[in-house]
Amino acid sequence: MAKQPSKESMLDYELGCTPDSWMDTPTEFREGMYCHAAKPKNLEVVGLPNAHEWSSSEEDWNLPAHWKEIVLEGMKERMDKYRSFRLFMDVCVRCGACADKCHFYLGTGDPKNMPVVRAELMRSVYRRYFTTSGKVLGPLVGARDLTEDVLKEWWYYFFQCTECRRCSAFCPYGIDQAEITIMGREILNLLGLNTDWIAGPVANCYMKGNHVGLEPQTILGNVEFMMDDLEDVTGRRFEPTFNRKGAEILLVVPSGDLYAEPGTFTFMGYIMLLEHLGIDYTLSTYASEGGNFGFFTSNEMAKRLNAKMYAEAERLGVKWILGGECGHMWRLVNQYMDTWNGPADFLEQPVSPVTGTVFSNAASTKMVHITEFTADLIYHDKLKLDPSRNDHLVVTYHDSCNTARAMGLLEEPRFIIKNVCNNFYEMPEETIREKTLCCGSGSGLNAGENMELRLRGGLPRAEAVRTVRDAYGVNTLANICALDRASFPALMDYWVPGTRVTGVHELVANALVLGDDDHRTLDLRLEELPGAHADVAADAGVGGAGSEEANHG
Amino acid sequence: MRILAPFLLVVALALIAWASTAFLHLGTLFGVIVPYAAFALFVVGFAIRVMRWGASAVPFCITTTCGQQKSLPWVRQAKLDNPSSYAGVVGRMLLEVLFFRSLFRNSKAEKRDDRFGYGSAKWLWLGALAFHWSMLIIVVRHFRLFLDPVPEFIGVIEGADSVLQIGIPLLYLTDVVIVGALTFLFLRRVVLPRIRFVSLSIDYFPLFLLLGIALSGIALRYGVRVDVTGVKEVAMGLVSFSPVAPEGIEPLLFVHLFLVCVLIVYFPWGKLMHAPGVFFSPTRNLANNSRMVRHVNPWNYDVKVHTYAEYEQDFGEKMRKVGLPLDSE
Repeated sequence: MAKQPSKESMLDYELGCTPDSWMDTPTEFREGMYCHAAKPKNLEVVGLPNAHEWSSSEEDWNLPAHWKEIVLEGMKERMDKYRSFRLFMDVCVRCGACADKCHFYLGTGDPKNMPVVRAELMRSVYRRYFTTSGKVLGPLVGARDLTEDVLKEWWYYFFQCTECRRCSAFCPYGIDQAEITIMGREILNLLGLNTDWIAGPVANCYMKGNHVGLEPQTILGNVEFMMDDLEDVTGRRFEPTFNRKGAEILLVVPSGDLYAEPGTFTFMGYIMLLEHLGIDYTLSTYASEGGNFGFFTSNEMAKRLNAKMYAEAERLGVKWILGGECGHMWRLVNQYMDTWNGPADFLEQPVSPVTGTVFSNAASTKMVHITEFTADLIYHDKLKLDPSRNDHLVVTYHDSCNTARAMGLLEEPRFIIKNVCNNFYEMPEETIREKTLCCGSGSGLNAGENMELRLRGGLPRAEAVRTVRDAYGVNTLANICALDRASFPALMDYWVPGTRVTGVHELVANALVLGDDDHRTLDLRLEELPGAHADVAADAGVGGAGSEEANHG
Repeated sequence: MRILAPFLLVVALALIAWASTAFLHLGTLFGVIVPYAAFALFVVGFAIRVMRWGASAVPFCITTTCGQQKSLPWVRQAKLDNPSSYAGVVGRMLLEVLFFRSLFRNSKAEKRDDRFGYGSAKWLWLGALAFHWSMLIIVVRHFRLFLDPVPEFIGVIEGADSVLQIGIPLLYLTDVVIVGALTFLFLRRVVLPRIRFVSLSIDYFPLFLLLGIALSGIALRYGVRVDVTGVKEVAMGLVSFSPVAPEGIEPLLFVHLFLVCVLIVYFPWGKLMHAPGVFFSPTRNLANNSRMVRHVNPWNYDVKVHTYAEYEQDFGEKMRKVGLPLDSE
C-alpha cells in the first residue's frame, strides 16, 4: 500500500458543485481512486469474454473492434431481462434526494459520485440510443454519444460505487443505483474490463472454492492453528469437521474468516459456540466461501459461484445450512440464491436443535443467519454468558449495507451484543440501520491500490464512530460482515486510531461460559483480560440476566 | 440554455395557441382536433411505455428493506418499511404514493471541516406533496366541466378548497399552493448547486409547462372571467364525442387547453412517467419474503459450474493426505 495523503489534504474539499451541468465536466482518472485492470488469465479461467491485456491508467484500453455494438446490445438485452434496469433508466426526475446520501460523494466531494449522476452516466447513453427524443434532439434532452471517454467514465464511477443501496432507501421511486452499477459492470465485463481485485478472487473461488484461494489442506491447517489458540484460551480442544457426510447442519462462512485477523476470531467464535452446544455440523472445503465476487462481475458469474452451497449441502446430505457473518453473502442468500439454484427441496425447514425453534422465515431457502440462530439461543436462556469479560470494550455496532437494506437483519445482532457486552452505544441515528453508511470497500473495492478511495468512502462511517468515541469512549466497532472486518482496521487506523474491529461472534465467544471451570485470563486474541485475576471467584455470580439456569433450561 | 430553451418553448407554444385562435380563428383545431389527438397520443404512449415495463422480467426479489425483517417471533417486524406479506406491500405502496414515505426520510448532510452533520430536510417532501396533492384536487375540480350532472363530491371538494372565502370568485387554496410549489421546485433547481448540476432541460420543461397551465387557468378564473357555460358546452361535446365548434371563447382558454394537450402528449415520453413507474418499482413493490417463498426467475438458465467431482479431481491427493473423506474412495 502506497503512503496515503495527509488527513488535511484528504479533507480539503467541499460538498459543492460547479455551476455547469455534469455533462460539461470532464472526468480525469485520479491515482488512488481506481483499481488495476483484470489480468486476462483470471477471466479465462471462468471463460469471461474479451479477456485482453490492458491497463486502467493508460490511454488505449485495447478495446475489441465492435465494442460499441457489444455495449448497446448488452444494454438492450438487460433492459428486457431486468425491469429494474429499464424502469430506472426511465423514471428518475432528478429531484436530488439521493445526492448527499452516497458515502463516496460525502467523502470525495466529487459530484459525479452523487447517485443521480452516476446513473445519468448511463441514462444519457440510454436516451441517445433507445429513445426517440434523444435520437433526434441529442444533448438538448440530456443524451450523449457513446464514446471511449464515456466508457472509461462508466468504468471509473461504476467501480466507485459499493452497491450499498443507501440511495435507494431515500429515492421516492426506489431507484437503486446498485442495480445500475451491477448492469454497468456486467456490460463492462462483456469487454473484458473487470478489475483484477474482483477477477482474481472470482477465478480462485471457481477453482478452489473460496476467494482467497485456500486449498483444502491450507484451510485445515489454518483451522488447526485457530483451535490451538482456542485451547490456550479455554483449556478445551475443539475438533470441527470438514466434508463430513450425514451432519445435520452445513456451516458456510466467508473465507475471510478462515484466513486473516480479525475474521479468524469471529470464526473461532462460531466454532466455540457450536462445539460447546454439541451441534451436529460440518464445514466444507469445497463450499468454503459464503461471499461471492461473481456478484460484482455478472449475474451469471454470481450464480456459478453460488451453486456450490446447495450442491455441497445435497452431497453431504445435511438438513439445512447455517451461514456466518457476511454482508453481501446474505444479500445473495436472502434475495438470489433460491431463485438461482433452488428449489432446495432436498433440505428440510431449519429447526434449532437446541431450542426447537422453527426458522419459518427460512422455509424455502433453508439457510439461517448465525445471528438469528444465536439470538434465539440467548432468548431461550440456552447460553451461560459473562458479559463482564467484555467490560474493557465499549462497543458500537455497524450495520453492514446488505444485511440492513437487502434483508433487514437489524435487531438480532443488537440483541446478542446487548447480552454479551455491558457497554453498548449506538452511532447517530442517520448513520445506522436502514440509513447505515458503508465501510467504503464493499462490492469488490477492498484493494490496496485504491486505498485513497476506500479511506474517503469510509470517512462518513469513520466520522460516526469518532462521534461515539468522543461521547462515550467507544473503542470497539462490531459488525457482521467479512468485508467490514477486512477493511475497517485500515479505515480506523487512519481516521479513528485505536478502534478495535470485531465480529459479533467473537464477542459472544468471549462472554460464553463453557463450564464451571471456565475461568479465562485471555480473550480470543490471546490478550490478557483486564481484571481476569481478580474475579475468578466471582465468575459464577455474574452470568447476566437469566443465564444462571442456562444449562438447565 | 438548459433553462432558457424550455422556457422559450413553452412561451412559443402559448403564443401559437393564442395567435391561432385570436387571429386565425382556428378554434375548431385547438378546441376539438388537438385535444382529441393529444388524448389519443397520451393513451397510446402511456400504454406502450407501461407495457414495455411489463414485458421486462423481474428476475430477483430485490426489495430495499428499510426496517426490521420478519424473523424470530419475538423480534418486532417493521411491517410497512420491510413488508413480508401482500398486505404489507400494499401498505408500503400506499404510504409511498399518497404520502411520499421515502422522501419523508430525507435528510441533509453537511460537512464542516472534518465533521459531518445530518439535519432534517423536509422541504423537498413538503414541496412535492403540496404540488402533487393540489394538482390532484385541481384535476378533480375540472371534472365539473366534463360531467353532467355534476357529482356531489366535486362540490364538496370545491367548498373545502375555497374554505377561506376570499374574493369573488372565491379563491381556491390549491391555485395558490400549486403556483407556490412549482415556483419552489423551479427555484431549488436554479439555486441549489447540486440540483442545478444534475438538472437537464427536460427537468425544466415540465415545470414551465405546468406553471403555464396553472397561471393561464388562474387568469381565466380570476382575470378574464371566462364564460364557464360556453366552456362546459365544448367540454361536454368533447367527452360525448359530438364536438361543437367553439364560438366566442377567450383565446386564453385555448392557451390553457393547448398547454394541457402538450403536457399529456409529452407525458408518456419523459420523466413524468414516474407517476405510473413507482408502481412498477421492484425495490418497493416486492415483499421481502424470498427466504420463505421461492421467487422464480422466468429466464433462469443452467450455467457451467465447477463441480465437487472436478474439485476432488484437482485436490484429491492433498485432501487424502490431511484425512478428508473422498467420494472416489
